Amino acid sequence: MKLVTAIIQPHRLDTVREALTAIGVAGMTVTEVRGYGRQKGHTEIYRGAEYTIAFTPKLKVEVALGNDRVDEVIGAITQAARTGRIGDGKIFVVDLEAALRVRTGETGDEAL
Amino acid sequence: MGQTVIDAAISAADTAWILTATALVLLMTLPALALFYAGLVQAKNVLSVLAQCFAIACVCSVLWFAFGYSLAFSGDGDWLGDTSAFFLQSLTRDGARAGTHLPESVFVMFQMTFAVITPALIVGAYVERIRFAAVLLISGLWMLIVYAPTAHWIWGGGWLAKMGVMDYAGGIVVHVTAGVSALVIAWMLKPRQEFPHHVRPPHAPWMVMVGAALLWVGWFGFNAGSALTAGGDAGMAMLATHLSAASATLAWMAIEWIKFGKPSLVGAVTGTIAGLATITPAAGVAGPLGAVLLGAAAACVCYFAVWLVKKVMAVDDALDVLGVHGVGGALGTLALPFIVVIGVAGGKLNHAPLEQFGVQAVGVIVVALFSAVATWIITKLADMLVGLRVDAEHETQGLDFTSHGETGYHTR
Repeated sequence: MKLVTAIIQPHRLDTVREALTAIGVAGMTVTEVRGYGRQKGHTEIYRGAEYTIAFTPKLKVEVALGNDRVDEVIGAITQAARTGRIGDGKIFVVDLEAALRVRTGETGDEAL
Repeated sequence: MGQTVIDAAISAADTAWILTATALVLLMTLPALALFYAGLVQAKNVLSVLAQCFAIACVCSVLWFAFGYSLAFSGDGDWLGDTSAFFLQSLTRDGARAGTHLPESVFVMFQMTFAVITPALIVGAYVERIRFAAVLLISGLWMLIVYAPTAHWIWGGGWLAKMGVMDYAGGIVVHVTAGVSALVIAWMLKPRQEFPHHVRPPHAPWMVMVGAALLWVGWFGFNAGSALTAGGDAGMAMLATHLSAASATLAWMAIEWIKFGKPSLVGAVTGTIAGLATITPAAGVAGPLGAVLLGAAAACVCYFAVWLVKKVMAVDDALDVLGVHGVGGALGTLALPFIVVIGVAGGKLNHAPLEQFGVQAVGVIVVALFSAVATWIITKLADMLVGLRVDAEHETQGLDFTSHGETGYHTR
């Protein structure tokens, strides 16, 4: 099993959710996060004074999958999240050791 | 002046308008100014600012009843009122306030709302780092030692009134006193830890707009109520107030649009407040054209003043009390003799324009110096008695939790 973590622009969430639903992904977890990469934040001006906003708002989308679906899901997220401008985000994939559905006690692929 | 005349004619129309205006001016402090300031600070200090404004309103109301009203509006001394109305002991139910057709109770209450908002304006200078006990002590003493005498000099028949200084609704009495004192306190208190490079931006610009919009409405009571009668003077003051606010808002937006490519909401409503503070001394005499011109000038001058205090003087007057209120009030007071001359439907000056300008300048300079010295002494005293500044650790953590035990925003 793999855990796919995508950091995306907040306004791309609906497109990403639709794309994942369309290829049969049944669930995901979304967290509001802040951070920066090459984009390096931005500046805002209040009453003539400049303020640096280093950490810009992003969404973190987490999806747990069987190994065979990883490429397909990464492709769907990439396509749905991309605007082509700096700040579109990143996708990370890590090995998932175990999974368990709390209600039934099912484990492994059954639990996803 | 200053005596209560029993059985003088009370006007129902005047009384009805000033009762209404009084409610509008209290609205300017609770909640308008509180929201305006609270939106400009960091999320961890939002409640502390609201609590400071609320508590100041209560402290100054009780002190106005006890001593303030008498010191400002009783007797005919050049320098200070007398003690005859301490604890409002001389107040009667039906007696009219001399020079008006208002019951004295209504006059006491109307002026009380001014004595409440003036020390509350100073909050903007010391937010995010001051001890709550120091806020209460400084505000109470300041209202009695700085505000009440100045109100007496200009509105209570004191020496500046006799000289012919014109201050319709408080350009000097409210905005110059508060602005200059704010600078002194900010300077004595030292900057916030993050000043100037790591200060966080306003946490809720929408709240700043709600506060400014309520201030704008409340200002109708402030300026048009200062006619102390319902009629043409009040109507013209309201018209001038509104036009100055609109014109200053547009001018501030234009400055930002040209300079930064985008007109910001916080900038626009800061322009509104600058326009309102600036028209305050001139609301009764400016006329509509004068008000539009004065509003535009207010935005340009106050924009520059904000920059000057922050970048050149490097004083952490955190929410720009001097730059927006003090400078605006002084500008309106000094421009008044010339605005009247160019405007239409304006009022009458006490002296020829140039002579009037000289008198206005004396008023601004003397009151500014008096405010600075008296505020320095009051602040020193507060420092010795309760301490001015919270611990560095508390400042980092935010005053909401460390001073008041509450949190403005829980994650859920």
